[in-house]
Amino acid sequence: MSHSEVVDSKTAWAGDNNSPFGAGYGKLMMWFFLMSDALSFTGFLAAYGFYRHDYGNIWPTAENVFTHFPFIHSHQPLLYVAMMTFILIMSSVTMVLAVEAGQRMDKGAVIKWMFWTIIGGLIFVGSQAWEWYHFIHGTELGAIELGIGTIEINGVVEQTQGIIGRWADESKEVLLLPWREIVGDVTSPYISLTGEALKDALANGEAVYGANMTHNEYGHPLFADFFFFITGFHGTHVFSGVVLNFIIFVNVIMGTYEKRGHYEMVEKVGLYWHFVDLVWVFVFTFFYLV
Amino acid sequence: MEHSNEPYKYASHHSEAEGKKTRRMIWNMFWVLLAITTVEVGLGLTWKEMGIMWSMVKMTFIILTVAKAYFIVAYYMHLKHEKTGLQNTIIIPYVLLGLYLIYMVVTEATYTHFMDYFF
Repeated sequence: MSHSEVVDSKTAWAGDNNSPFGAGYGKLMMWFFLMSDALSFTGFLAAYGFYRHDYGNIWPTAENVFTHFPFIHSHQPLLYVAMMTFILIMSSVTMVLAVEAGQRMDKGAVIKWMFWTIIGGLIFVGSQAWEWYHFIHGTELGAIELGIGTIEINGVVEQTQGIIGRWADESKEVLLLPWREIVGDVTSPYISLTGEALKDALANGEAVYGANMTHNEYGHPLFADFFFFITGFHGTHVFSGVVLNFIIFVNVIMGTYEKRGHYEMVEKVGLYWHFVDLVWVFVFTFFYLV
Repeated sequence: MEHSNEPYKYASHHSEAEGKKTRRMIWNMFWVLLAITTVEVGLGLTWKEMGIMWSMVKMTFIILTVAKAYFIVAYYMHLKHEKTGLQNTIIIPYVLLGLYLIYMVVTEATYTHFMDYFF
C-alpha cells in the first residue's frame, strides 16, 4: 500500500477499504463522539445523584418547583415539562422519518421532515428559556433562608443554616420546612413553623426570591446549580443540534446529497438529534420525576 | 492509496416497500414512547393518592427510563441492526459504568457531606 496525502471517506480505512463494523467513517465517528459525550452527561447526573442522596431530607421536589404553564395561572406540576418531552420525542420521530426518506432518495420528504425537526427543536429551546426565566424569577411570596441555629425535629436536634422555608400561603403565618424522612414512605414532607418558633426563625433568616448559583428559594442551592448545569448543557446540545440540522437542511435543498448519491449526512445528524432526545429522557426522569 | 472511483458502499438505501415497513415501525415506536411517558407523568402526579411506596415508584421510573432509552437507541438510532461489534463497542462500556455508578451511589454517596468541610 502506497502512502498519499489524500484521504477521502471512501478510502479512509486501510485493509481492502473495508470499514470496521460495515459502517461509514463519519457515522462511526459520530457514534464514538456520542459515546464520549454521554459520559459528560453521566458525570453530571451521577454528581447530581450523590448530592441528592446526601441532602435527601431537605432536597426540593421538582413538582413543587416547576408548576407554571403558559397562560394558566393555577399550579400545574409536571405538565409543562411533560409537554416539552412530548415535543422532543415528536421531533425525534420527524428526524427518523427524514432519515428514512433519505434512504429512498426522496428529497421532498427529507426537506419536509427536517423542517419539522428544526421547528420542534426551536420550540424546545424556547420552552427551556421560558422555564429558566420562571425559575430565576421565582415567586412573589419568596422564601426564607434560615440562619445559624438549631431546631428540634422528631426529637432530633438539627442545624438550620441554609434551610429554605416556604410560606404556606399569602398571610405568611406558617413557614413550611422541606424536611422529609429519608427512609420509608414520604407522606408528610413538611415541618411547619408557627408562632414563637417562626419569630425566632425570621430573626435569623433572610428573604430569598428566585434562584441563582448561590441562593434558591425553592430549596437547597445545589438543586439550582445542578438544574442550571444539566439543563443548560443539554440545552446547548439542543441548540447546536438545531444549527447542525439547519446546515444539513440547506444542503438537502441545494441538492448536495442528491448529487452525492446518498443521504448519509442526514443519518449522522439524525444520530446526534436522537442522542439529544435520549439524554433528555434521563434528565426528565432524574431531575423532574425522581 | 489512490482515489477510488467505486461508489460509496456504506450508505444504506431501501425501496419504497421497505420504506413503508420502516415507517410503520417508526410510528409504532412513537406510540410506545408516548405511552411510557404518559405512564411516567401519570404516576408522578398520582402516586401519593394511590398510596404506593416511593421506593417502588422510583424503581418503576428507572425501569421505564431504561426501556425508553433502549427503544430510542435500538430503533431510532438503528443500533439493533448494526453489526454486533459496533453494538458491543457502544453498549458494554455503559453497562460496566452503570454497575459501577450504582455501587458507588448506594455505598458511598453519604460521604459527600465531607466535601462541605473543604469547600
